[in-house]
Amino acid sequence: MSDKKAYINEQVICYHCGDTCKDKTVGKEEKYFCCMGCKIVFEILEENKLCKYYDFEKSPGISPAVRSESKYSYMEDEQTAGQILDFSGDDINTVTFLIPQMHCSSCIWLLENINKLNSGIISSRVNFLQKKLSLKFLNDKTSLKEISELLDSIGYEPLINLESVEKKKKSNYNKKLYYKIGVAGFAAGNIMLFSFPEYLGLDRNLDGVFGSFFGYLNLLISIPVLLYSASVYYIPAIKALRKRAINIDFPISLGIFVLFLRSAYEILTQSGAGYSDSLTMLVFLLLVGKIFQNKTYDALNFERTYKSYFPLSVAIIKSGIETTIPLSKLKKGDRIIVRNGELIPADSILFKGDGNIDYGFVTGESIPVNKILGEIVYAGGKQYGGAIELEVLKDVSQSYLTQLWNNDTFTKKEDKNVSWFSNIVGKYFTVVVLLIANISTIIWLNINPVVALSVFTAVLIVACPCAIALAIPFTLGNALRNYGKEKFYLKNINTIERLARTDTIVFDKTGTITQSGNSSVSFIGEPLDELEKSLVKSISRHSTHPLSRRVYLEYQDCEHFEISNLKEHSGKGISGNILISRVALGSYGFVTGKEKTDKYSEDDKSSKVYFSINDRLRGVFSINNSYRKGLKEVIEKLEKDFELHLLSGDNENEKPHLSKIFKNNSLLHFKQSPEDKLNYILRLQADGKRVLMIGDGLNDAGAIKQSDVGISVSEDISGFSPSCDGILDSEKFSKLPEMILYSKTSMKIIYLSFIFSVLYNIVGLYFAVNGLLSPLFAAVLMPVSSVSVVLFCVIVSNFMAKKKLGKIRFNNVL
Amino acid sequence: MKIIIILIIISLLVAISFLVAFLWAVKSGQFDDRYTPSVRVLFDEEKKSDNNKL
Repeated sequence: MSDKKAYINEQVICYHCGDTCKDKTVGKEEKYFCCMGCKIVFEILEENKLCKYYDFEKSPGISPAVRSESKYSYMEDEQTAGQILDFSGDDINTVTFLIPQMHCSSCIWLLENINKLNSGIISSRVNFLQKKLSLKFLNDKTSLKEISELLDSIGYEPLINLESVEKKKKSNYNKKLYYKIGVAGFAAGNIMLFSFPEYLGLDRNLDGVFGSFFGYLNLLISIPVLLYSASVYYIPAIKALRKRAINIDFPISLGIFVLFLRSAYEILTQSGAGYSDSLTMLVFLLLVGKIFQNKTYDALNFERTYKSYFPLSVAIIKSGIETTIPLSKLKKGDRIIVRNGELIPADSILFKGDGNIDYGFVTGESIPVNKILGEIVYAGGKQYGGAIELEVLKDVSQSYLTQLWNNDTFTKKEDKNVSWFSNIVGKYFTVVVLLIANISTIIWLNINPVVALSVFTAVLIVACPCAIALAIPFTLGNALRNYGKEKFYLKNINTIERLARTDTIVFDKTGTITQSGNSSVSFIGEPLDELEKSLVKSISRHSTHPLSRRVYLEYQDCEHFEISNLKEHSGKGISGNILISRVALGSYGFVTGKEKTDKYSEDDKSSKVYFSINDRLRGVFSINNSYRKGLKEVIEKLEKDFELHLLSGDNENEKPHLSKIFKNNSLLHFKQSPEDKLNYILRLQADGKRVLMIGDGLNDAGAIKQSDVGISVSEDISGFSPSCDGILDSEKFSKLPEMILYSKTSMKIIYLSFIFSVLYNIVGLYFAVNGLLSPLFAAVLMPVSSVSVVLFCVIVSNFMAKKKLGKIRFNNVL
Repeated sequence: MKIIIILIIISLLVAISFLVAFLWAVKSGQFDDRYTPSVRVLFDEEKKSDNNKL
């Protein structure tokens, strides 16, 4: 069987993680693994009879990361452990870990049976949507460190950082809203039942007792709705009034109060049946809308700062002894140790060891940079390779990267979450309604003063803008879900409204419109022999230029030689003497000394790095640029409606290529620091532009935060992204224009439904000003108008999503 | 016919008990996670699976 497999040359899939195996060298009983790590996890599970793990999903595993011995040693420190634990008792401790790798039902099963691997764990519970694992364990049998190491060893590395500890137990779902909707639903259902005699005209036939009994009962039940459930509208209305503004919550609150007062008056004076049914139904529907719009992506975090990525503690050397201290106690001048895969917490000088630092978090470019002794390394880089010793130059919060968060943009609390449209409507609506109410009352005072007051209240009741208050949450809440199915995750519904109003788009280059780690290198010319390959490696290793670094990655397995007389000309190339040869790597002009370009440059789809030995051109490395698929089409489509800018932290050597894609060359800016980017957005906004910023790394964090809408493009949505309004899965980048257009469509749907609701209101007002508004009529008109508006919004919104965003798939659990 | 008033009060009490049950369910966290329980319910009890293997 296995021979046959090999004969067909079928790809061998790792039994544990599902990756393609290079060969069949790592195997066990007809099961093959891509690496030793996967095999070890399999063996652990097999030994403990946990192989059911593989029954629920095919190849559910995660290949465990290589880990250093002391990765979790900081947990031995009691103070640090205390910060991580939820509850620490004499015998039992509880802890909640965030585990981003959790992705399927097999994961849930394994993590909930984790006690079979460590008998000290009493119970384990998974919250899959939030990707959280809650554990209870016995103090004397196991420790936090042991559990973390166990989870890590089977591929589920717990994510512990400064932020998760500082902001513990913050639940973003609103229990109070559920209480309120429960009360409102209870009241609406019961009052409607008790109003049936009134609807059917029965109460007049029965004893008069019934009419007043039901009336009092309804009034009683509606009191908690008025005072408790509807309070979500009073509070924002009062807040706005204090700022001398009127928002949409004001006319809604007014309508609710007038409904109640008029009902109470009618019931207590026995002059009518009141509108308790309309009141409670209205509040119930409005709250349903509120729940619907509160779609949140529990697993995603939109509020990240550098703290989300920084470790909790750091290893320092004090008088020759290594100890662990909390990051907050790190001072200038401390000597710290950073090991393989760890993050550099503060700007420092490399003191000992071989620095190979990946600034992927900062720039989005994840090719490691070589650093030599005495060089400054910036906070935010990740060390790969051996451990390095650093001397801290600046405090954590004062480093090049982190000081961005001291900027006003991050410290001032801005109210980005107010709906612009509903406030405009609220303002004018209220004015018009009050005008109509007053005029009709004055007219009725002259005709029949008895009904004047009832006309006044009827106008206020009918004109309550509940339909528009429902159209916004339902349309945008629905759009939010449709976006989610297309892997575009937005923070809340107001983001869609702001997205629809943007007129300028600013792109970041690296990691946003380019794809990291996806470029290919080919050598044009006579094939290189082993010695020449080593020469390439030795010289490119020292370069800071992204292209040379890419070349380095291709040859990093080759032998390495010492280099002398090393010279790097920024943006041009690098040269030096290796063994007996003079080697140069860089642009054509730099390597050959000639101005004119040569035969290799005909094809312009790729970047070129020229290579010479002893001043003889040896050949050229052609690096296919790694721009995202469909970038050209995306830019073409967007250029019709938007002003497009580009901000890049890199130097200008990609400019010729980019200017072919972007029409307006003057809007391409290079060598921008994180602060430059932020200030650029500020200048655009000062010119009255509404800016959409699309970025990815922490260096864009300021610009993303300051912009009207900041979107982060991410390869791994639950992994890394700066604080933003939305996260776009990078595979859907080519759909960006359609996504932005859909936001405009959604707003148009709201405008249309607003016209509908105004028509309903005019009909209602006609009856109201003529003094014909009966409780039954109100009870019918109100739900009919609300429900029809909601249906219209949801149906049209889904239809347009299908048309604009393509066929919607329903397999995305988030 | 006055008996209806008593019946209605009883019906209201029943409805209130359901409301209280709902509020309690929210409070005790039954709505916190609306996905994991749907998967968890499909896992077999441990003893059963051992018997199957034998």
